[in-house]
Formats: sequence, structure tokens, C-alpha cells
Amino acid sequence: MSSASTDAAGFPRPGAAAPATAAGHAARTGIADTPNPLPRPPGEAEALARAWAFPRGWRVLSEVNNTLIGPLFLGTALLFFLLAGVLGLLIRLQLVVPGNALLDAATYNQVFTMHGTVMMFLFAVPAVEAVGIILMPSMLGTRELPFPRLGAYAYYAYAVGGLVFFGSLFLGAAPDGGWFMYPPLTSREHSPGINTDMYLLGIGFIEISAIAGAIELTVGILCNRAPGMTLGRIPIFAWAMLVFAVMVLVAFPAVIVASLLLELERALGWPFFRPEAGGDPLLWQHLFWFFGHPEVYIIFLPAAGMVSMMVPAMARTPLVGHGLVVVALVGTAFLSFGLWVHHMYATGIPALSLSFFAAAGSAVAIPSGLQIFAWIATLAAGRLRLNEVPSLFVLGFLFIFTLGGLTGVMVAMTPFDWQAHDTYFIVAHLHYVLIGGMVFPLLGGLYYWAPTMGGRLSDRLGRWAFWLLFLGTNLAFFPMHLSGLIGMPRRIYTYPAGMGLELPNLLSTLGALCFGAGAAVVLADFVLHYRPSRAGGSPWGAGTLEWLPGGNWGLRSIPRIASRYPLWDRPALAEEVETGGHYLPGTATGRRESLVTSPTEAEPQYVGIVAGPGWAHVVAALATAAHFLLLTGSLYIPSLAAGVLAVAAMLWWLWHGTDHGPIVGRIAIGGGIVLPDYLSGPRNTSWWAMVVLMLADASVFACLAGTYLFLWLVNAAGLWPPPGLVPPWAGWAALSGLGWLGAAGVLWAARPGPGRRGGPWPHRAALLAALALLAGALCLDLWAQWRAGVRPDAHAYGATVFALLAWQGFHVATAALMLLYTVARSLVGRIDGVRRVTYDNTALFCGYTAAQGVAGAALLHGFPVLL
Amino acid sequence: MRTVRDIGGKGRASARLPFRGRLSPRRGLPFRERVGEAASPSGGLRGGRVPGGRRAPGGGRGDEAPASRWAVPPLLLLAACEGTQSAFAPHGIQAERIATLGWVLFAVCGAVLALVLGLAAIALRGPGRWRAALAGRRTVLLGGIAFPVVALALLLAYGLGVSRALVLPLAPGEAPLRIEVIGRQYWWEVRYPDAGEGAVTANELRLPVGREVELHVSSGDVIHSIWIPALHGKIDMIPGRVNRQRLRADRPGRLRGQCTEFCGTQHALMAFDVVAEEPAAFEAWLARQRAAVPEPATPALARGRQVFGEAGCGACHAVRGTGWNARLAPDLSRVGSRLTLGAGALANDRGAMAGWIAGAQDIKPGNFMPSYARALAGADLVAVAGWLESLR
Repeated sequence: MSSASTDAAGFPRPGAAAPATAAGHAARTGIADTPNPLPRPPGEAEALARAWAFPRGWRVLSEVNNTLIGPLFLGTALLFFLLAGVLGLLIRLQLVVPGNALLDAATYNQVFTMHGTVMMFLFAVPAVEAVGIILMPSMLGTRELPFPRLGAYAYYAYAVGGLVFFGSLFLGAAPDGGWFMYPPLTSREHSPGINTDMYLLGIGFIEISAIAGAIELTVGILCNRAPGMTLGRIPIFAWAMLVFAVMVLVAFPAVIVASLLLELERALGWPFFRPEAGGDPLLWQHLFWFFGHPEVYIIFLPAAGMVSMMVPAMARTPLVGHGLVVVALVGTAFLSFGLWVHHMYATGIPALSLSFFAAAGSAVAIPSGLQIFAWIATLAAGRLRLNEVPSLFVLGFLFIFTLGGLTGVMVAMTPFDWQAHDTYFIVAHLHYVLIGGMVFPLLGGLYYWAPTMGGRLSDRLGRWAFWLLFLGTNLAFFPMHLSGLIGMPRRIYTYPAGMGLELPNLLSTLGALCFGAGAAVVLADFVLHYRPSRAGGSPWGAGTLEWLPGGNWGLRSIPRIASRYPLWDRPALAEEVETGGHYLPGTATGRRESLVTSPTEAEPQYVGIVAGPGWAHVVAALATAAHFLLLTGSLYIPSLAAGVLAVAAMLWWLWHGTDHGPIVGRIAIGGGIVLPDYLSGPRNTSWWAMVVLMLADASVFACLAGTYLFLWLVNAAGLWPPPGLVPPWAGWAALSGLGWLGAAGVLWAARPGPGRRGGPWPHRAALLAALALLAGALCLDLWAQWRAGVRPDAHAYGATVFALLAWQGFHVATAALMLLYTVARSLVGRIDGVRRVTYDNTALFCGYTAAQGVAGAALLHGFPVLL
Repeated sequence: MRTVRDIGGKGRASARLPFRGRLSPRRGLPFRERVGEAASPSGGLRGGRVPGGRRAPGGGRGDEAPASRWAVPPLLLLAACEGTQSAFAPHGIQAERIATLGWVLFAVCGAVLALVLGLAAIALRGPGRWRAALAGRRTVLLGGIAFPVVALALLLAYGLGVSRALVLPLAPGEAPLRIEVIGRQYWWEVRYPDAGEGAVTANELRLPVGREVELHVSSGDVIHSIWIPALHGKIDMIPGRVNRQRLRADRPGRLRGQCTEFCGTQHALMAFDVVAEEPAAFEAWLARQRAAVPEPATPALARGRQVFGEAGCGACHAVRGTGWNARLAPDLSRVGSRLTLGAGALANDRGAMAGWIAGAQDIKPGNFMPSYARALAGADLVAVAGWLESLR
């Protein structure tokens, strides 16, 4: 139990903590004094500021720092929230009375499709990702996330792509098949316009941006923390972001695969979803909801993480059940991947499977319930400052989200769902869950964290906004529970009079207007009071590191931490950090540096160099966006040119901005710790990034393999492969398997390293040999299938085979580019026994490609033989 | 106002429309232009009214400027709903059991919500002793794990029990009445295979009270979902699959069902009537469906049938006993006896019939029925509507 008393500095002093004296601090942390002697030499702080200074004027667009990109990212996401919110208001205005003619059917269908799509893909996921990018470095006590340029690339690609995507609405070219885009409604036959392509390519590419952000966050949370911040001491929000990022990496590939398959069917006639050619429309639903259900938790978990930060701070007491909450976050992630059939109860799936998914659907309520009770226990342990705006949003969240979660339990019950499914009951449920579970914590978080990034917002306006939003949400969405069950389906542009729907719809529209007014108040508050700076101070007396003073460079010096709430332990910490008493108080190389630590124990490993301003990523992002958008309009030549430009810009950025090799050799960060400024192998952050990328990659492959197996199940015995088709001789697979493994083998055998003889030629030869082996194995696989008469456009069997081979081909092409790039680096002397991160990553990627090639060959050749 | 895209414009559909060259439903043609054509004096309806007193949408105001012509909100013509479509007003045992489940869920979830809010209130400003009791891991373990595990397990067991209880056991030798329902953009084809070839209707499901019915549902184009909340939950209609659902109406009555899977432009106006009636009445109705339509009794009716043929209606529609057998659009053999037109869009009477034929694109823009206001002279329109209304 803790008391609510505070010390002289206004910091809370939880009862469990020892008195905040130096001796007490030393006893707990093992640090007798600050590791770097004070005062610091003159010019050290200035050099640090110089290294991290933003370019002036319009050149600031080339900046990659999280303190700039993060707020831009969040601002753009909030812009999409407002835009999609306006679409939501249009929907409500159309439905205010029966038979309204404000919007015609075709326009209405675009409006509701865009409302859902923009809210999910352009607002919710980017918004939480943006909060992660803003808060993670300061909360983890690091200078910067490991790949700021990748983060900036993801931002620009998202911002440009998203705005053009939204603009399609004004040309009548917006998607109109619902955010779930079920074929065959979205097939070329039933939706011949470019509206559907806009979705498939536009959203597919924005998801790639989300994956880039997720890689950055995963590696950042694992490898860039203050020393001593063990897994057990990571703040809950960082845990939530880690779980978020991993879920994005596993789930988003499913919808990317679904989009790719549908686009292949639309553009080239590969019949994945056409039952008359062995396909199945349900394939789409399985893939889509394998993404779509986790998506809800992808959005919710970071928001829950925010609540777990705000509740302890606003109640001034540590979170009760910290470990349990972490388990709940991870558990939710696991369960959420077993729930996708939740959305498919009415598709005619056998009763036994439905029982399983009903059980899983109920079970996922447990971790959410656990968190709710952890917050209640924390509220009971401390004393919440009820009048503060963040507290109001937390309490509003608690009510709305609990109600939404309970209706979720209701729809997990199969028979009830058969009535509620695709009615306004579900509209009510999902808005309670998403507004309660995401928007309220996000807005509460804005009011809570605004002081760390731009001064405090207005309490008065915040309270107005809260009440308008809270009442608006309930007035808009509570009546929908009723309207759904008395017969109002979703996605209808009008409804007849006389069904009792008039009053609930009128109330819903009034509530939506009230909600809109609340959002306008938040916007006004931001316009009036938000000024980017770090001048806001620490008004709540919170205990975590993001409340330490700092600048673009994050913390002036990086403390070793010994608890979950370091600021509560040691009120002098802020001053020690700001005066440079802790680790790495300046810049040793004159460049932007951050401390890389080990993933579990957070022991310092090396001083990593992080990217500074540049234009290559901006060009790459714009060219990527152009590539996909031009592809939407079937402008293949310009699209190809844009794609080439994007790749060229990325190569430029890699060539000039990565794998710098040792610069000054060894750096003393203080406290007697001397670290290298360059490391290769599994301690290097880019090695981690490659491994994390492979996770997303493997998820794509698993979805494609799942497509193959699902369509096999759907097609009756003897129809997979279709009659008359004899799969190729398995010997070809064995031969190509040798090629795949050989490529990985030579790269491993000839890897450069200290003390290896023969100079650079062995690894150069290996790189070229691997290129030949990969290309040869791919050609052999393609040739064997083609020779056996397998064609992609004749039957879903051939389509699936060639989809897997095309995915493999994409890897071989990427590997070829990497191999040639590595050869070029070697030829100019940038690869040797020490400086070999580029080689390691290329070899890692080729090793993955080889493993995927073998797995693919085993499936394509082995499976038909087994049948 | 915007242009209406894709009116009848799916290549597949326009290929089978009669008068393709002249008629309105051409891809990308602006709404204004189409209605302007429809209302042109050459083919428009004189006086703007069709017999039966209902205004033909978009027709008959040929003297007005085009801009004001299309400003009439066509949806004002929508039929007010008759027949219940509420899950809370069950007419059959399945819907009744689900409704009971729903009430139990509402009660339990309401209680849990009250519990959570009550505990939160205590945690915030309750008596010190109570707050102290709440402030620990025990709260999390009991409230966050033990309680939900027990409560959810009980609910789940109950829910699965209800799920099983929805498929009623059949008496020995009892076979449920099979009804095939095929969803199409944006209407329902309904077939009674047990009653033989001709037992076909559209946008209306009749079933005998007290008898087990098995719906065999499928789709002719995209995914639809059939939902008759007063009888049962919904079941999807998926191309390439046949889904089945057993239900039973226990009380006679007029109910309403609707498509609940978004299926394109006019998903909103894809409803149908459900009539549960006594077995004798049902059998009589079914027998009448099977019979060929009678020869026209009057010259006016004969003229109507002739117009039907000349206008090419038979290219899409079937009328039993006439040689028109197409299945691309609703079977019209007994259309006069149906409760609504246009899949629940209009209450059925002679005026509505003429209005629908003249302005289907204004009433339900984007459906595959062209507006015939221009193609048919007023008298012909009246004749064909009269003949169709006589098919009872």
C-alpha cells in the first residue's frame, strides 16, 4: 500500500520505495555516484546539440529525428481521423430519416467504405504507431530509435499515399466494396472500375509502411534501452508497443497476401476466388480476418498500454499486477490469432469448428478483464486526481470499453451472433470497442503527454471535449444495439419507415453530431495551445523516463535504471541526466549516436550510429507511392520507372548511410565502461532488423502455403491438382533444393571474418555463385511446373502454385540485388573481416530465401505425391 | 448531386438488356441525362400519372427543365415497412430460443458492467477499508482471472447448448420442406423443389406454419446473406456453396427478411416478404404457383402480354406457360399476387407496377431492370402493368 503524500519537489513517494537519498539510491542500484564526473567539460553539450540539430528552413523536410517525424506522423493520422469522421457524419446525416436522399446509393457505398478503411488503415494503426515513435525513445531512455530513416520513409510513404487514396473519393474512384472487400463482389466481373484496385494497391502499400514502422519499433524496444532496463522493468506502454509491432508483422502479411491474390485475379485472371475454377470466395475471408481480428487488438493493446501508464501517474502509485498485465498483453496477442472465424459464423462453417471459435472468442475477454481489474486495483491503491483531463478520459474509456467488451462476449455466442451479425448491433459493438478502447485512451494520452512534446493543453477545453465525446459516443452508438436487433442491417443507404428505426437513428445522428463537436474542441485546443517544444515540464509527477528533460537528442546523458519508476526513486535524476552525469553525455564521433543494449538484461553493447538528415528516403518514399498509385491506374511504364527510382534511392541511402565500419574504435561512455562503435553479427541492430523482417516474410509465405492447403481442402478428392494434370517429377524438386541449399552454404562457408585467409576473393566468388544458384533453382522450379502443364490462369491449383513461385521469385530478385550490391561494396573495399554487416545481412536474407525455397518445393512437389 | 455510376453497367448485365442501344442503362451515363431521356415527350407518360394514382418517377414532367426533374427524391416512393423484422418478435422456435439467449446475455452482461463500475467507484472514492481491500494483486487474480473464467465457461456452455437446440430432431419419416433460395443482385429467387419444376417465385417466401423447413441457400453472383430475424439468424449465400438452415414458423403472420451481406449498389433495397400461413392455405398457394398462367381474358390484357413480348421482357423474366423461361430476373408468373415489388421496394399494386416498369432505375438506381418510360408509350405501359397485375 502506498501513501498519497509527496515530497518537497512535488514528486510522489510510493510507500514501498526507500527514502530518496543518495545512499538509498546506491543501495538499490549499485551506483555510488554518477558515472561521469560533474561538471562536464565545456562544449560537450553544444557538440551534442550540433550533431542533432535540424536542418534550417524547408530543408527540415530531410530530417529523420523522431521528435519531428513522430508529431508529423501523429498529426497526419489525426487529420485522417477528422476526414474519416466527416464521412461518418455524412453517413449519419443520410440515415437520420427513412428514405433520405442526401447521398445516392453509389456515393453512400464509397463513403462508408472509405470511413471504415481510412479509420482502420490511415488513422488507428498509424496513430498508435506514431505515439510509439514519439514516446519510445524517451520512455526507454535512448537517444533515438535504431532506424530513423526507415521511420521517416514509412511516414512519407503513408502521408503521400494516404492523401492520394483519400482524394480518390472526390473523383468517384474510391473503393465501394466495404473495407472488407469480399470477392466476388470485388472481382473484375462485378466491380470493373478502378475503385477496387485503389483499395488493393493503395492499402496494400500503406501496410508495407506499417510493417516498416513495426520493424523499427521492435528492434528499438529490444535493443535500445537505458542500461538496467531489463524486460521486467520495461514500461507497460513499451511492452504494448512491442506486442503491437510483432502483431503487425504477423497479421498484416495476411491482408497483403489477400490483396495480392485478388489483384492477380483481377489483372491476370488467376482464379483464386472463383469456384468454377477451383477457387473459393471464402479464402478471402479467412485471409482477411486472420488479419482483421488481430487488427482490433493491434489498435487496442497500445491504447491499453497508454492507460497503464496514465493510471499509475494520475493515481501516483505503481501499477498493481504489472507482471500480470504484461502476460495479458502477450496472451491477447496469441489468442487474437485464433479468433478470425468470429467474423464468419454465418458462412456455414461446421458446428464443431464454431464451438472452438466461440470458446476462443470468450477466452480473449479474460486478458482484457484482467487489465481492467489491474487498473481498478491501482485506482484503489492510489488516489486518482479526478479533475484532470487524462483521468476523465481514462474513466470514460473504462466505461465505454467495458460495455463494448461485454457486447463482444455476447456476439462470441454463436446463435446470438447469427442474429446480431452484420446489423447495427455490431456497428454499436465495434464503435464502443474502438472509440472506447482506442480513441479515448489516445485523446487522454494526448492531454497527458502533450507537456513532453509541446506544452500543456487547456484543462477547460479538455473537459468540454471529454464530455461532448463521452455523451456523443453513448448517444450515437447505444441506440444502435437496439436498431440492429429490430432489423437494421449494416451498410444500407436507406431503410423503410414503419420498422421502429426512426427514433434510434435520429438519436444516433444527434449523438454523432455531439461527438463531432467534441472532436472540434480537441482540434481547437491543439490549434490554440500546441507549440512544439519540450517546455511543458512534468505536471503529473509521473515516474517514468519520458518525463526527464531533453531535446532532439533525447536525454543529455543516459542513466542506469533499477526500477519501473526511476523518477520516483530518485528525484535528483532529472538534474543528473540534464547536467550530463550519466552515460554517454556527449557525442564521441561527432555524429548522432545511441546506446545499443542487450535485449533481455539491457547491458550496453556498443555505441550505434543513427541516421541524420538526408533526401534519399524522401525520394524513395515518394517514388514508392507513385509506383503503387500509377499501377492503380494501369500506367505500367511510368509505374515501373517510379519503382526503379524508389529502388535506386534506397540503394543510394544504403550505400552512403549504412555499414560505416569502425569510426573512432572505442568509446568510454562513463563509469569505466568502454564500448566499440561498430559490431557485426547478432548484436548489431540491423541483424535484428533482418531477422524481424524475416518474421513478416515468413508470415506471407505461411499465408500462401495456407492458401494452397485451404483450396486443397475445399476441392473434393481428386480435384487437387485438377484431373488431367500430373505434377512434375519430384526429382526436379530435389535438384532445385540442392540449388537453394547450395546458395546458402557457399555464403556461409566463405563469410569474411577476422583471420580468414585468401583476401576478399573467396567471398566475392561466393556472392556470385549464390546468385547463380538461386537463379538456377528458381528457373528449374518454374520450368518443371510449366513443363508439367501447370498454368496460373486455368485453375486455382496453377494459380496457387505460381503465386508461391512468384513470391519466391520476388525473393530471388531482391537477393540478386543484394548480392550484386554486396559485391560492389566489396570491390570498393567496404567489406572486410571486421566491417561485414552488409555481407551478414545479405547472407541472412539468402539463407531465408533458400529455406523458403526448400519449404515451397516440399509443399508443391511433396504434397501432391502424398495425396 | 453526383452522377450515378455503373447503372446496369456491368458488361454481363447490359448484354442481356433489351433495347441496349436506346435505353438508359448505359455505363457511366449521368443520372440527369437518363431521366431526361425517360421524360422526353416521345415516350413519356402523358399527364405524369399512371392508372392507380401513383406518379411514375421521373416521367411525365417533360416540360420542366431537366435539373428540376431529377430532384424528386425517388426514395419517397419506398414502401413503408409491413411485417416484422425484429429479433425480439420471434414467430418460430429458433428465433425464440435465440431471443431468450439474448435476454440472458443482456442480463449477465448488464450485471457485470454494474459490478465493474461499482468496483471502480469504490476504488475511486469508496471507504478506506474497502479501497484497501481492492488495492492488491488479489483483485486482479479474482476479478480478472477467476471470475471471468467461471462466468465465461458457464455462458459458453449455455450458448453451445442453445446452438444445438436450434436444430430440432425430426420424427421418424418426417422430412423437412425444402425451399431453395438463390440470392442475386438485388433480388431473391425462391424455388420449391419438392413441389416440382414450376414451383418458383421471387422476393417472397411462403411457408406452412408448424412444419420443419430447410432452406437451401446459394448465390447466383456475389455473396448475400439471408436474414429473417423473426424466424432464425442469418446464413450466408456464397457462390459455389449451398448452405442449409432449418427453421419453423409457429404462428401465421407476415414477416420481413433482408440481405445482410453487402452485395453492391442496391444492397439496401434487397428485402423480401415472408408469409407464414396455415398448411392448407400454403398448399393452395403452392399449387397455384405451379400452374401455367391463364390466357388473357380481355383485349387489354392480351395487348399487355403482347407488349411484354415486344419490349423484350422475356429475355430476362419467365412467365409460366408462355415460352418465356429466362432466369436472369424474377419469375413473374404470379407477380400480381406478391406483396411487394422490386425486392421490397414498393407495395404492390397496379400503379406501383407501372411506376416500377417506367422508372426502376429511379426507384432503385443500379439494379438490372431498365427504366422503360421512354421505350414504352403510356398506353403500352398501362397495358403491360395491367396484364402483370392480373397474374395472381
